[in-house]
Amino acid sequence: MIIILKKKYKEYEIMKTLLDCEKGCIAQILKLNAKDDLKQRLISFGIMKGSIIEVLEYAPRKSTIEVKIGSMRIALRAQEALLIEVAIV
Amino acid sequence: MSEEKKNCPITAKHIKVALVGQPNVGKSMLINSVSNSHLHVGNFSGVTVDKTEVLFDYKDYHFTVVDLPGTYAFTDYTIEERVTHDYLCAEEYDIIINVIDSTNIEKNLQLTSELLTMSKKIVIALNMSDEAEKEGIKIDVEYMSELLGVSCVKVSAVTKEGIEELIDTVILRHEDTKCKPKLVFSEAVEEEIATIVTYLSRHKYQAANTYRNIAINLLKNNKKTYEKLHDNPIWTELQPILIEASKHIELHHDSDDIKESFAEEYAAFNRGIVAEVVKQKQQIHKKTLTENIDSVLIHKYFGIPIFLFFMWMLFQLTFEIGAIPMDYIDAFFSWFGDTIGATIANDDIRSLIVDGIIAGVGAVVLFVPNIIILFIGIALLESTGYMSRVAFLLDGFFHKFGLHGQSFIPLVTGFGCSIPAYMSARILKNDRDRLLTLFIIGFMSCGARLPVYVLFAGAFFSAQMAGNILFIIYISGAILGLIAAKILKLTAFKGVDEPFVMEMPKYRLPSVKLIWHTVITRTMMYLKKAGTYIAAASMIVWFLSNYPHNEEIEKKYDTQITKVTDIKVKTKLQNKLAEELLGVSYLGQIGKFSEPIFAPLGFDWKMSVALQTGLAAKEVVVSTLGVLYSLGNNVSTNNNSLVNAISKNISFASAVAFIVVIMIYLPCLAASIVFTREAGHIKYFFYLFFFTSIIAYIMAFIAYHIVLIFVSV
Repeated sequence: MIIILKKKYKEYEIMKTLLDCEKGCIAQILKLNAKDDLKQRLISFGIMKGSIIEVLEYAPRKSTIEVKIGSMRIALRAQEALLIEVAIV
Repeated sequence: MSEEKKNCPITAKHIKVALVGQPNVGKSMLINSVSNSHLHVGNFSGVTVDKTEVLFDYKDYHFTVVDLPGTYAFTDYTIEERVTHDYLCAEEYDIIINVIDSTNIEKNLQLTSELLTMSKKIVIALNMSDEAEKEGIKIDVEYMSELLGVSCVKVSAVTKEGIEELIDTVILRHEDTKCKPKLVFSEAVEEEIATIVTYLSRHKYQAANTYRNIAINLLKNNKKTYEKLHDNPIWTELQPILIEASKHIELHHDSDDIKESFAEEYAAFNRGIVAEVVKQKQQIHKKTLTENIDSVLIHKYFGIPIFLFFMWMLFQLTFEIGAIPMDYIDAFFSWFGDTIGATIANDDIRSLIVDGIIAGVGAVVLFVPNIIILFIGIALLESTGYMSRVAFLLDGFFHKFGLHGQSFIPLVTGFGCSIPAYMSARILKNDRDRLLTLFIIGFMSCGARLPVYVLFAGAFFSAQMAGNILFIIYISGAILGLIAAKILKLTAFKGVDEPFVMEMPKYRLPSVKLIWHTVITRTMMYLKKAGTYIAAASMIVWFLSNYPHNEEIEKKYDTQITKVTDIKVKTKLQNKLAEELLGVSYLGQIGKFSEPIFAPLGFDWKMSVALQTGLAAKEVVVSTLGVLYSLGNNVSTNNNSLVNAISKNISFASAVAFIVVIMIYLPCLAASIVFTREAGHIKYFFYLFFFTSIIAYIMAFIAYHIVLIFVSV
C-alpha cells in the first residue's frame, strides 16, 4: 500500500506544468490537456507536443507568463500554462 | 451563393487577389507598396472586422487586392479568423498571395500548409527579406518553390524590393492553368489518403476540389466537407473507411485527437522544408533588441508605472495640443452659421440650419483634433508592438473583474470619447469579451461630460476643491465600471473564461505612411458617421424645443420687449420668453410628464429635460440648463450667472444625484449608434439603455438620500 502511494507521489512529482518552470528555464512539451478550441489555438501558435519552450518572464504575481517557441514570443495566462505538461530539458 | 454573384464579370484581364498571412507579417505594408499610390482604398466593414480592398492597374491587368485579417491558422476561432476563413471558402477570387515573414518561416508555413489543401492558385511572398538578410538568414527560393510546388518570391515592403517580380509572378501563375501544390505527409497518413482517393475515384465522385484534398479534409474532420458528402449515397461505405483511417493515424501519433495529429504532420512537413531551404548562420546567443526593450517595459515593478506614464502623456498631448485648434474651429462654425444665416429669410428655416444643424455638427467637428491625436497615439502603440506588452501586464488585474487584458485600450480611449472607444474594442477577439467591454466603456467619463462636471463642481465647491472633485468623479466612474463588469460577467456574460493566448510581436519602428493611412481612414469614418447622426439628432432636439409655437406667449412678450428700452431688462424678458416657450414645447411637455419619475432623485422638470436632451449629446445638457434657468442660449461653463442660478435653484443632494446620472447613463446618440453597430444587433442597444439607466437611477437614488442624511445632520 505504502509503495503504491509512494509511486503515485513520485509520478505526481515528475509531472510538471509550464507554470512550475522558473524564469529562464527551457522545457519540452509532453502533452496538452486543453479542450478542443484552446488546443487548436495553442497548436496554431506552435505550442504542441514535442516543441521546445522557454520561459521568458512572469507578470506580477505569476498571473501571466511570457514564453518563447522558435523565435516567437507568446503571452499565456496562468490557467492556460497549467494545462501544458512539460519536462525540463 | 446567389446567381447574381456567380455572374460577376471576372474577365481575363481582371485578377482578384486574396492577401492572406499570419498577423504581424507586414501585409498592410505590402499592400501599400504594391499599389504604390493607392488609387482607391475603401473600407468594407463586415459585422465587426474590416477587410480592405485596393484596386490598381499594372501592365494590361486590372487588379483587385483584398487584404484579409491576419490569421494564425485556417480556423474560425476568432472573428478575424472567421472573416478570413469564410472569405477564402465562399467568395470568388483568382489567386491567393500568402505573405510570410522571412525571419520566422517555420511558424508561418503552418498557415501555408493548410492553404495548400484548398486547390487554389497560390503565390508565396517572402516578406521582410531585408530583415532576414541582416539576421543572417539565407533562403533558397527556387528550391522552396520546387519543394512546395508553389512560386515563392522574395519581397520587402519596406525597401520595395521584389514587388514587381511578385506581381509578374501573380500574372504568370494566373495564366498558368496547372496548379499542383505538393504537401507530403507521413507514410501512415499517405496510405490512408490513397485508400480514400481510390474509393472516391472508383465511385466517380463529382467535386470541384481534387480527390486528394477531399481525402485530407475528411481525415482532418473538416465540417464543410463532411456536410457535402453526408448526403451522398457513397457515405455509408465511406464512413467505416474513415473511422478505420482515423484510428490508424491516431495510433501512429499516439494521440486521441486527429486534429492534433494533423498539426504534428504539418509541423513535421514544415520542419522538413525549413531544414532544406533555410540556411542560418550559427549565431552566438546574444540578447536581441526586443529582449532588451522588454526587460525594461515589462519589468515586474517598473512595467506598470512606465505604462501609466505613457498613458498620461498621451492624454496630456490629446488635450493640450488638441485644444489649440479648437478655438479656431469654434470661431469658424459661428462665422459660418452667421454667414449662412444672413442669407436665409425664413426664421424657422434659418433657426433649423444655424442653431440646429450647423451648431450640432460643429460640436462634433470640434473634437476632431483630439481624436486625431488619440488615434495617432493608439496607432503608434499598436504598430510598435507595445500594446500586447500592456495587455500582458494588465491581464492579471483586469481578469479579476472578468475583463480581458486587451480591454484596457478601449476603456482608456473612453476617457477621451466613447465613439473611438467603441470602435477600438474590435481588437478583442472574443465576442463575449468584446460585448462586455462595450457595455462598460460608457462608465469612463468622456470629454463631453466635463463641462457638466465643471459647472456643478463650480456651483457647490470652492475653486481649490473643484479639481479634486473632478478627479473623484472620474475615478469613481472607472471603479463603478469595473464593478459593473464584474456583475455583468457573473450574470449576463456568464461563461467560461476566455483563454489568453497572445503573440508578443517583435518591436518594430512604425511606418509613417501606414499610421497616416489608418488615422485618416478612422478620422473620416468618425466625421462621416458621427457627423450625420449628430446632424439628425440636432434637428430633432431643435424641433422638440421649438414646437409647437405658442403665439399667445410670443405676442405677450413681444409687445413688452418692444416697449422696454433698457438692454438688461430686454434680455431678461427675452430669456423669460425663451423659458416659457420651452415650457410649452414638446420638450417641456416631456419634461413635465417625466417629472414624477425623477422626483425620487430630487430633480425638477428642468433637470429632467436636461438629462433627456443629454441623450443626444452631453454638451447639450449645459446649454439646456442655461435656457431653462432663463439665462439665454449662449451659456458657457464659466458663466457665473448660471453657476449662481444652479447653486440657488438646485439643492446639493439633487446636484450630486444629477452628477451620478450624468456619469453613468448613455454617452450620446452618436455613441449609441456606433455602439449598436459594433455590438452587431439593436437588442444590445436596448440592453445597454436599460442597464445603464437602471444603475444610474439606483446609484443616484442612493447618493441623493445619503447626502440628504448628511445635510440634515
